[in-house]
Amino acid sequence: MDIDYQSKISKVVNGIAPSAIRRFFDLANEMKGEVISLSIGEPDFVTPWNIREAGIFSLEDGNTHYSPNQGYIEVRKAISEYLQRRFDLKYDPKSQILVTVGGSEALDLIARSLIDPGDEVIILEPCFVAYKATVTLAHGVPVVIETKEEDEYRLKPEALEAAITDKTKYIILGYPGNPTGATMSRDDLAAIKDVLVRHPNIFVVSDELYSELSYTGERPVSIASFPELYDRTIVVNGFSKSFAMTGWRIGYMAGPAPLVAAMNKVHQYCIMCSPTTAQYAVIEACRNGDKEVDEMREEYNRRRRVIIKGLNDAGLKCFAPTGAFYAFPSIEGLGLSSEKFCERFLMEKKVAIVPGNAFGKCGEGHVRISYAASMENIQEAMKRLKEFVSDLKEENK
Amino acid sequence: MLNRIELLQLVEHNARVKIADLATMLNASEEEIAAELEACKKDNVILGYTTMINWEKTERETVTALIEVRITPQRNQGFDKIASQFYRYPQVSSCFLMSGGFDLMLIIEDSTLREVANFVSEKIAPLEGVLSTATHFILKKYKSNGTLFTQKPKDDRETIVL
Ligand SMILES: Cc1ncc(COP(=O)(O)O)c(C=O)c1O
Repeated sequence: MDIDYQSKISKVVNGIAPSAIRRFFDLANEMKGEVISLSIGEPDFVTPWNIREAGIFSLEDGNTHYSPNQGYIEVRKAISEYLQRRFDLKYDPKSQILVTVGGSEALDLIARSLIDPGDEVIILEPCFVAYKATVTLAHGVPVVIETKEEDEYRLKPEALEAAITDKTKYIILGYPGNPTGATMSRDDLAAIKDVLVRHPNIFVVSDELYSELSYTGERPVSIASFPELYDRTIVVNGFSKSFAMTGWRIGYMAGPAPLVAAMNKVHQYCIMCSPTTAQYAVIEACRNGDKEVDEMREEYNRRRRVIIKGLNDAGLKCFAPTGAFYAFPSIEGLGLSSEKFCERFLMEKKVAIVPGNAFGKCGEGHVRISYAASMENIQEAMKRLKEFVSDLKEENK
Repeated sequence: MLNRIELLQLVEHNARVKIADLATMLNASEEEIAAELEACKKDNVILGYTTMINWEKTERETVTALIEVRITPQRNQGFDKIASQFYRYPQVSSCFLMSGGFDLMLIIEDSTLREVANFVSEKIAPLEGVLSTATHFILKKYKSNGTLFTQKPKDDRETIVL
């Protein structure tokens, strides 16, 4: 029997274009094991032992059941204390925090709970790939603002003002950012706040997954800390990046109680609750994780400096990233598209990095280099990058 | 400002990092790094650079022994004098004054079983002031000085994660 499966898939799912760089993906995956990979958006560190141990102990203790939908109250209390202590944010553990399956689920719940068909959501590209997809899947319309290297990939108030329409439901801010490593200071955010104050119907979704990884010397500021925006902001955060816990699949959102209740409804029917073992582990992370987090941040910061120097030595223009664990240098003037650059770098020098157009059209002309890799690998990769760029320049002569 | 503690932490487990790399990692000049390392040596903060060796992987049949020693402290000199009689032996790689059920802990590395036995029975036990000794041999090293002696975990993450 001949079934046209493609036609059976919903229009909205079919409407999501396959990743622009799928071919490159396939190629890189075939070479796993023989390449140095600086293309990974997750920590190379293993979850600190005390946190792993807390998870193991919970299993030994027989805690293998569903938790309350919203997450154990003990976990929400620990998260609430952590947010207060580290970011000066106040959330009621009973009504304002929802424990999710990573920041990813939080982003999806937000889209499905807030968007009516046709509502617009402002996203800033280049950005994490899930932003656009979650909005589209929820029948929303992503409205893209292209942030620019000369602005250090910060959102400019004029650009925001110009993108807002009557249909704008919310805006997703992702700082410190993947793939650019950009951060927004208190002053930068204050200018955005001024615009949003003029548009009281718009909500802010602040993806703060990388909030612990900021290298400016100051604690990162959450836009939710502006009193004018507190009631309109949903903070998305998690343990994947800051505590090296990607595989545990746990994160959370914090925001206005009625919205959290609505999200919890969706969460209840599609997930039930986030993994119980992971919930036990993150109580330990929130309460006794600061030292390890600080140590990992210091190590990332040293690698960041090595990367920046390596890029300069190779002659690639790069704005100096101040957060997350990515650099996003420009490869313009070398005569190759991002994808071709990465493909040849992979084949000729055995180093995997990610073409910038994976993160939005305007990412073309750039590549993402992750420094969530060992110092030796970073140093070796930078050496090969320098050779590669000089080979290309030779060719172009 | 160059952070001395951070510099020391970096060289503690890898004494072979190049000055140029340290300078990049710590956002300092090579001259500053070199001067700070020199100052650390002068202040007796950095006492030397050694190599971690797993002797079990070589053909040498040597052992590591921990020797607990109970002693009577000496007038005017406490434990220091008698401790110096132990730690002057080159085969004693570490010597600590301890709280608890015994007084001195001696560590002997890279000696044969017979050498350790002779050392304890001929050099240590007969010394005046020594009340008793207890010798423990290490059967297997899992981790020493922060370094794992077992297989290093390998990085098997996916090649690409967006
Ligand atoms: C900006 C950003 N937000 C959210 C996530 C999702 O993280 P998780 O679902 O593991 O919490 C990622 C992961 O790569 C990310 O880069």
